[in-house]
Amino acid sequence: MKKKYSIQELEEIAFDIREDIIKMLEHAGSGHSAGPLGLADIFTALYFDVLKHDPKNPDWEQRDIFLLSNGHCAPVQYATMAHAGFFAKKELKTLRQLGSRLQGHPERTALPGLENTSGPLGCGLSQACGMSLAMRMNQDMHRWVYVVMGDGELNEGNIWEAAMLANKYNLNNITAIIDRNNIQIDGPTEDVMPLEDLKAKWEAFGWFVLDIDGNNIEAVIDALNMSRAIVEKPVMIIAHTVPGKGVDFMEYDFHWHGAPPNKEQAKEALKELRTLRGKIRGEHE
Amino acid sequence: MKQMYLHDIHEKLDQEPIRTGFGRGLLQAGKDDENVVAACADLTGSTQMAAFAEEFPNRFVQVGVAEQNLATVGSGLAAMGKIPFVSSYAAFSPGRNWEQIRTTICLNEQPVKVVGSHAGVSVGPDGATHQMLEDIALMRVLPHMVVIAPADSIEAEKATLALAKDKKNPGYIRLAREKTPVFTTEKTPFEIGKAYVLSPGKDLSIITTGTMTYHGLLAAEALYKDGIDAEVVHVPTIKPLDAATILTSVEKTGHVITAEEGQIAAGFGSAIAELLAEHHPVKMKRIGMRDRFGESGNPDDLLEHFGLTAKHISLAAHDLMA
Repeated sequence: MKKKYSIQELEEIAFDIREDIIKMLEHAGSGHSAGPLGLADIFTALYFDVLKHDPKNPDWEQRDIFLLSNGHCAPVQYATMAHAGFFAKKELKTLRQLGSRLQGHPERTALPGLENTSGPLGCGLSQACGMSLAMRMNQDMHRWVYVVMGDGELNEGNIWEAAMLANKYNLNNITAIIDRNNIQIDGPTEDVMPLEDLKAKWEAFGWFVLDIDGNNIEAVIDALNMSRAIVEKPVMIIAHTVPGKGVDFMEYDFHWHGAPPNKEQAKEALKELRTLRGKIRGEHE
Repeated sequence: MKQMYLHDIHEKLDQEPIRTGFGRGLLQAGKDDENVVAACADLTGSTQMAAFAEEFPNRFVQVGVAEQNLATVGSGLAAMGKIPFVSSYAAFSPGRNWEQIRTTICLNEQPVKVVGSHAGVSVGPDGATHQMLEDIALMRVLPHMVVIAPADSIEAEKATLALAKDKKNPGYIRLAREKTPVFTTEKTPFEIGKAYVLSPGKDLSIITTGTMTYHGLLAAEALYKDGIDAEVVHVPTIKPLDAATILTSVEKTGHVITAEEGQIAAGFGSAIAELLAEHHPVKMKRIGMRDRFGESGNPDDLLEHFGLTAKHISLAAHDLMA
C-alpha cells in the first residue's frame, strides 16, 4: 500500500527537492534553475500523491504515464524521481556528465521511469495523445496520462495540433498542466509572444480548464484529482507558479530561466531554502 | 547470349503505382497483427491508407493536416506497444516534421514507420513543392532509422510487411505516385538490409534504388548490345546498406553508376560513394537531381528533362568506360 503523505510532509519533500535541484545545477555548472524550482510542488504532488506508479517496477503495465514536455526542466524530474525511489540520490550529482543516465534533457532510453525523450519543445502533448489513443485501442482508459508543459512552449504550433486532436477524440484520460510562470528565455512570455487569454484559448479548443496556484500542493492535488472526474473533455490545468520559487534572488527573474547558480549563489540559495523549511514547520504547528 | 532480367517482357509488364503495394501490405499487416495501427495527415486516399482505415476504423487515426502531430502521435502510439504507420506526402513528412522524427521517434527509439508518398520528380504536374527529393538524405542521416525505397508495387508490399514485423526500429518507406512497371514477382526475395544482383555482369555495376532500378535494368540491356556487360544491383534498403553485396559487385567490375530519383547530395549515390571511398574506391558517376528543384510537367517528360532515364544511365556508362 502506497504511503499517504500529509500536506506538511509533501511541502517538506518539495523543499528537499529544491535543495537537490540547486546542488545538482551548481555541480553541473549549466542547466535551468527557474522552471525546476517553480515546478517542485507540482512534481511532489504527482510523484508522492497522485501518480499510480511503482519506482521499483517502472515498467508496471498498469502505471499512469507521466510526460515532461519541456525537457529543460529535467532537474526537477530527476530530483523527484530520486526522492521517490527510482534511483539513488547520490546519482543526482552526475547530471549532465559524460556517461550519466541523467542527460541534460531527459532521454527515455537512458533512465528507467522516463516515458519520453524531450527537449525540443511542443511534443509532449501529442505524444500523450498517441498514448491515450493506444490505451483506448487496448480498452485501458482507466490508466491516466499526465503531461507537464511550459508556458513559453505554447508558442509551438505542434501543441495546438495536439489540442485539436485531443478534443476531436475526447481523450479524457489526459490531464495536462501548463507551468504558467510567465517567463521564457528571451523575457516575459507576454513580451516574447503573448499567450493570453490562455484560459479562453484552451476552452475554445474544447478543453476543460482549471486555473490554480501551482505552488500550493493542496491545490495541485485537488485539481489533479478533480481532472480524473471530468470525462466529457480533456483537462488543462493552468498552474500559476513563481519561477525560481523558494530562492528570493531567482524568483520572477527570466535571467534564471536557463542559468545555474555558481558556488556562492548556491550557498545563499540553500541557506534560504533551509530557512523557508523552518517556516513550513512553523505554519503547520 | 546473356539472359537479361527483363528479357523482352518489359513491353508487356503490368503498371501499378508503388504506393498501391504499400496499401495492400498495410492491410495485410493489420490482419496479421492487431498492434499494427495507422495515422494519416489528410491524405488517406493518396497514400493508400483508405483500405486499412475502412477495415480497422478503431486502429486508424486521422490527425488532419498536421504533420508534426502525425509524427509525435505516432511516437505516443508506439510507446504503448503499437506499430504505427504514419503517412503523408514525403514533402511534408519527413519534409516538415524532421525534428519530431529525430527526437520523439529515433532518439526515443520508437518503432514508428514513416510513410512518404509522392517522392521524386515523377509526381509530375504538382510541381517542385510536392516533388520530394531530399527525403533519402533526411532519413538516412538519422541513427536507428531504417530507410527503404522499393522498386515496384510488389516489393513495396513486401517491404511494408517486413517493416510491420520489425518491432524495434523506426523506419522510412519511400513511395511514388505514378504507375510504374511491376517487374518483380511474389517469388523475388526481399529482406530488410539486403541488396540484390538482379542482372549479373562483369564490366560495370549499375547500383540503383526505388523507381530507378527499372531504368537500370533497361540500361543494362542497351549497354550489352553496345558491348558493355553491366551488373544491376538493386538496393531497396538504403539504410542499413548491404555493404557485402555492393562491394562484391564493385570489386568485380571496378566501375560504378548509381541512380536515384532524388538529390544526389547526401542521397543514395552519396551513401554508395561513402562506402566505396572507405573500402574500395573506383571510378563512379551518380545519376540524380543535381542541386536543383523539379517543376511541373508530365512525369515522363520530367524524367527525361532531368536526366533520370535508362538512356541517361547508358550515356553515363559510356562516358565512364571510355
